[in-house]
Amino acid sequence: MLEKETNPNFNKSTGLPRKRFYRARAHSNPLSDAHFPVPVSPSHVEYSLHYPHFFPSSDQMNDSKKIQFADIGCGFGGLLISLSTLFPETLMIGMELRDKVSEYVKERISALRVSNPGQYQNISVVRTNSMKYIPNYLEKGQLTKMFFLFPDPHFKEKNHRRRVISPHLLDEYAYVLGIGGIIYTITDVEELGDWMKSCLESHPMFEPLTEEELEADPVVKLLSCATEEGQKVARNGGQTFQAVFRRIVPTS
Amino acid sequence: MFFNGGLLKYCGSNRCSEKRVTAVAISNDGQYVCFADKFGVVWVVDLRELDESQASANKKAAPLLAHYCSIITSLEFSPDGQFVVSADRDFKIRVTVFPKKPLDGAHEIQSFCLGHTEFVSCLTFICTLEYPQGFLVSGSGDSTVRLWDITSGSLLDTCEVGVKAGHLVSEGSGEGHSTVTDLSTIQDSQLVAVAIQRQVSSVICALQGILILSCNISAQTLYFAKVVSIKGENFIPTSLGSSSSVGLLWMVTGVSNVPGFDYSSLSRVKVISGFNKNSADSVENEPTVLEDNDIPGGMELLKKLQGSVCVEEKVFLAAAEAVKTSMCNLLIKKQYSSEKREFRKRTRNDRKIKQ
Ligand SMILES: C[S@@+](CC[C@H](N)C(=O)[O-])C[C@H]1O[C@@H](n2cnc3c(N)ncnc32)[C@H](O)[C@@H]1O
Repeated sequence: MLEKETNPNFNKSTGLPRKRFYRARAHSNPLSDAHFPVPVSPSHVEYSLHYPHFFPSSDQMNDSKKIQFADIGCGFGGLLISLSTLFPETLMIGMELRDKVSEYVKERISALRVSNPGQYQNISVVRTNSMKYIPNYLEKGQLTKMFFLFPDPHFKEKNHRRRVISPHLLDEYAYVLGIGGIIYTITDVEELGDWMKSCLESHPMFEPLTEEELEADPVVKLLSCATEEGQKVARNGGQTFQAVFRRIVPTS
Repeated sequence: MFFNGGLLKYCGSNRCSEKRVTAVAISNDGQYVCFADKFGVVWVVDLRELDESQASANKKAAPLLAHYCSIITSLEFSPDGQFVVSADRDFKIRVTVFPKKPLDGAHEIQSFCLGHTEFVSCLTFICTLEYPQGFLVSGSGDSTVRLWDITSGSLLDTCEVGVKAGHLVSEGSGEGHSTVTDLSTIQDSQLVAVAIQRQVSSVICALQGILILSCNISAQTLYFAKVVSIKGENFIPTSLGSSSSVGLLWMVTGVSNVPGFDYSSLSRVKVISGFNKNSADSVENEPTVLEDNDIPGGMELLKKLQGSVCVEEKVFLAAAEAVKTSMCNLLIKKQYSSEKREFRKRTRNDRKIKQ
């Protein structure tokens, strides 16, 4: 599936400005240990390259509009694509570590933009290590939703610190989420589900959503079925474990 | 300095013995000590509890915060004690609210100060009576010293020290790369002393002296003021500190295991004086390097600090060489060839389970 959709002729035939979309951002700095560019700070993220429809030229900055949803470890991008039409005016970014996978998501979005004029303009993807570089992309309190769908489990105890939800990383997620912002997590690995839930419960800046709130939130329904990983789990009849929490002001 | 050694020993005899300490700071009220391990985790110890029950000290270090998989190079408390600031090798400076109960962790990030384009090596604060909360000053491998507002994380000014250093190092003129290795605010002034290493291709050239920058707090600018050169000895300052009372700048250079000599370690202390309180923001008077005899505490103190008062010149040259080499190793990120990188990848023990 990957091969078919990343056919190099695909973009040529649709006349998409593919180079422009892939170009490394001018202000970013290649890191010696990472082989991808990282913006020096959130103000260096080039919105006009990611969302040309909303930012027609790079010098005419539309300061009021910022990325509000982030899908961390977005994989093949299924969630972004579902959310795009549900919240057409909200800018969203997927963060994905694997180069080929993020390239695939880019092409997928380009193709959708072409075949559905005016749509899918609000979603984009970056190749990055979210565990290290979230503060380079996102400002304090900028996000309203953050997603962690079927993250890698890292079963071994000594590798728990590689998990994308951890007590220390939650400090950073609390920083980029505005007050009232929501963090969504789901997994088919029970142990990881327990871990993510207990990390969130122990953190002074998060509280769980109530049953009624979960019921009323249209996004919750997407967690188990919008992504490729979720669909795979569903096909195999697997169980899923979710934890959905709100960013609050810490008491004290 | 002495305390620092004690802390390392404390760690050595206990459960965190496998962790190398990369940075340390003591809270302004002297109650807490924070130290960073090589995994980028900052630990906090309540010193009062440590006094009461020495025996269970090993249980008393609690994780405070972490920079994921980065090495923390410097830790500082803000002058008002409200924040703890941590800098790392991935260009980041994190400002965290220092909580009432630090042993429960410091979860509230106030800001990130982002703008450096190389590792951040050192931090210091400048404050005055009018600005008691102070401004942060940082030094980096990107040849700059920067001035920050930590409340917002905004970059106020950038001072390119590389160019200045380039003019000063005889061998180092032309294209090169400077690294700020340490910073110290001169007490009761708005001056910052800067120690610099300069690299031209792969040769490290020591700057025989320090740069003095001046900060105009109301204009929020940081600019080059002057150079104080250290003549006569092969002295490369690796660490700077200033004493609170008399406007002195203390400089230390040190190595352990000087190659080819049977000294177990070598350190040399020098002092610059002449930073006048009355002209806090200017450097009209000439700061000068004190003769060893004129150092407060004199030869006796030097003997204590250095282990001996006179060091042979050839030992010094060897030590200077060793300092350069270790600086080079410390400051320049390892660059693996692509072949070696592949090998490291293949032999990693943390590989993901194939789906
Ligand atoms: C099991 S997949 C799930 C993908 C997607 N969320 C889904 O539900 O289909 C986990 C993804 O997270 C990515 N990932 C792992 N660690 C990451 C990191 N530190 N930063 C960004 N992405 C990461 C992996 O490359 C992988 O694509």
